[in-house]
Amino acid sequence: MKVVLTPESEREAANMIRVACAGGVRLDILGGDTRSGLGRPRSAERELSSAALAGIVFYAPAEMTLCARAGTTIQAIEAAIAQHHHILPFEPMRPQALWGASAEPTIGGMVATNHSGPRRVSAGAVRDGVLGLRLVNGLGEAIQCGGRVMKNVTGLDLTKLNCGADGTLGFLTEATIKLAPKPEIEQTLAVARLDEARAIGAMTHALGSPFGIGAAAWLPAGMGAGVSRALLRLEGFEDSVRYRAGRLTELLGEFGDIQPLAGAESSALWLAIRDAKFLAEPRDRAVWRVSLAPSEAPAFVGRLAGTARAHYLDWGGGLVWLATDESEVAAAEVRRSLAPSRGHATLMRARDELRKSVAVFQPPSELELRISRGLKASFDPGGVLNFGRIYPGV
Amino acid sequence: MAQIAFPRLDDGVLRRRDTILEGLAKILPRECLIADESGRLAFETDALTAYRRLPLAVALPRSTAEVARVLRFCRDEKVNVVPRGAGTSLSGGAIPQEDAIVVALTKMNRILEVNLADRFARVEAGVTNLAISEAVGPEGFFYAPDPSSQLACTIGGNVAMNSGGAHCLKYGVTTNNLLGVRFVTLDGEILDVGGPAADAAGYDLLGLICGSEGQLGVVTEATVRLIRSAEGARPVLFGFDTVEDASRCVTAIIGAGIVPVAMEYMDRPAIHICENFAHAGYPLDVEAMLIIEVEGGETEMQALLARISAIARAHNVRTVRESMSAMESAQIWKGRKSAFGATGRVADYICMDGTVPIGQLPEALRRTGEICASYGLRVANVFHAGDGNMHPLILYNVNDPAEAAKAEAAGADILAMCVELGGCLTGEHGVGIEKRELMTRQFTAVEIEQQKRVRAVFDPEGRLNPAKVFPLGERAA
Repeated sequence: MKVVLTPESEREAANMIRVACAGGVRLDILGGDTRSGLGRPRSAERELSSAALAGIVFYAPAEMTLCARAGTTIQAIEAAIAQHHHILPFEPMRPQALWGASAEPTIGGMVATNHSGPRRVSAGAVRDGVLGLRLVNGLGEAIQCGGRVMKNVTGLDLTKLNCGADGTLGFLTEATIKLAPKPEIEQTLAVARLDEARAIGAMTHALGSPFGIGAAAWLPAGMGAGVSRALLRLEGFEDSVRYRAGRLTELLGEFGDIQPLAGAESSALWLAIRDAKFLAEPRDRAVWRVSLAPSEAPAFVGRLAGTARAHYLDWGGGLVWLATDESEVAAAEVRRSLAPSRGHATLMRARDELRKSVAVFQPPSELELRISRGLKASFDPGGVLNFGRIYPGV
Repeated sequence: MAQIAFPRLDDGVLRRRDTILEGLAKILPRECLIADESGRLAFETDALTAYRRLPLAVALPRSTAEVARVLRFCRDEKVNVVPRGAGTSLSGGAIPQEDAIVVALTKMNRILEVNLADRFARVEAGVTNLAISEAVGPEGFFYAPDPSSQLACTIGGNVAMNSGGAHCLKYGVTTNNLLGVRFVTLDGEILDVGGPAADAAGYDLLGLICGSEGQLGVVTEATVRLIRSAEGARPVLFGFDTVEDASRCVTAIIGAGIVPVAMEYMDRPAIHICENFAHAGYPLDVEAMLIIEVEGGETEMQALLARISAIARAHNVRTVRESMSAMESAQIWKGRKSAFGATGRVADYICMDGTVPIGQLPEALRRTGEICASYGLRVANVFHAGDGNMHPLILYNVNDPAEAAKAEAAGADILAMCVELGGCLTGEHGVGIEKRELMTRQFTAVEIEQQKRVRAVFDPEGRLNPAKVFPLGERAA
């Protein structure tokens, strides 16, 4: 059994990290331990858990702002804010399906991975919704980044830098998040029988219209229905959604037959898209998340024809979720196919051996690597926190 | 007024001025280098005009490669560099010194790529903010952040300061609308960060660069998100008898799940100043006024305005003026948009930029009034209420040094109050030289050191835009 350190306060966490730093001990950071299969494999002899750093620090409904300790589960936060009809705007992904975890993910893990869901396309990423963070750097120093207001350009934006840094710069202890009003209703328009290129055409047409598309995805036949479908989600006040749905149905008529989906059917579909449930099985496949300009997605998918075992599109075509064989050959093929596009790919799920032998994150240029190492050293010169999780030495 | 200190000049650089100019002349064509005093005068200050320092020289590069050459030269010669867009910074972010070279990006003003299918534009750093929206406007798209200076200010400057604007309540500030930058380090290396794909790979360098006030490198290109314009937009004007009613109306609207495009607040002095100037038809018998804009289709706007008006009535609104035409909409906005210019005709002023949590607005407004009164100064408040970003305009006489000093002291007190109420020193103008010494009010010494270490990753000697953002301490002259 590995030793798991479970600080109950930021001060205690700072002490533990200071001791680790002085002793040259490396620490792997855990939240809910639901994304342990993400990033380069863990290697530290000890683990530092935010499990005992849980609870909401403040919730100001009139300001639509919430601050919670890093170990608070997303579930607990959503339950609390539901009382005032609020939601997390960026629709954070739940990792349980993909990584086969049973525990609940935490807000710390959500921030550290920046895994946004379908609403990313209209409401921004996790990093856009995080107003401030508290963290302990690798020297054991407590650092406040940002604050609790939406407009804040005071000093360097270390909040954004730490969103998606996979815990390599600091052990998060608190996050302050901007919330959004829960839409009165949601409705999905499904356009059937479109291949990727046509589906991206339809989604682009819709996203470039004034009718406020909240999310846009494409599922091939076999994922949730017998035919392929482009899905467009509308959210808001009921009168507004009805109006926009009508206008969009006219606008997209040329693309084919449009079916409205509502209520539980609509919401279940978007949860599955958010959490990559369609790719969770079989479990011996590698799963990739590829971000690129939507217009470049069809060519990318085309180049991968022999390698992709399954795939679907989110973010209007700007996000390709992809399953391949779990092999170095397939990984090389994904990178090669992406090279002509201005995009990046992350190996989200694969066994440790593969994540050790191939690049998990988009390989950085020499300059990017030098800057990344510099940033790592500026926060964590001893390499205490999640050492080597993103790149070797970072 | 000379409250803000500058660091000691580098005598070695001053002595080598001729050699440095010769070196620059070798790497830049004649029309891209300004050395004579009359030419340099145009670059001695920005919109913080109380402070003026003549730069050693001004470089006007035409390409990323030329920027890289100039930066490498400056690194080798150990000369400070002050990047500059249009020079509209209100915080002195582009003010140089006699030992520094200004690198102005204004010749790099081409729109390089517009892709409406993927909804982005790639532009050179010297393109003005408004030029982007004008280029894609005929197609029904726009670039969302809209600082008051958008006619003049450049996208490079917007990135450096993470600029906001009135319409950021719904669409976010620069950092939320920026997809990528081309960025030149002091070593003259060129880095492309991000691009048309969402969420750049690796550390969020884009988020770090945005708002870094030109201290990490020089941005020469930006890729920005384009948004499809709504079918229509319509403002409504509300007048209130008390500041409290107006402030509570703001929080109640947000609390009801409504996110308007803009929610602008004006207090009595601001209303009178703007009305005298713009004749916008503002009510002169109210203590506070809100301009709230909604957008969408006709039926959507009517439904939203009905919800908003009901909330305003519940907060004792006295005057309601709903725009009935495009002309009337323009008139309602005209007064607000001319606020800074109109105030400038009444008196000299400094514009503060602190932000408070919106629940604290009544308290912040009350204390702002008290602080200014305690210095014997007048204040007008006109600001973005929906996000708590306050802009008290402290009125004073620039020719009276004692009054100028009082205005700066009142401004510092107001910003300290914003931090105390849970807000921050600057919402959208940046720290610059203006708020540098106040950084210790918001951050601990450890936090400031962490930020400085991050800066040092890019610029270990602190040559890029020196004497900005971080307290000067012992470096003051």
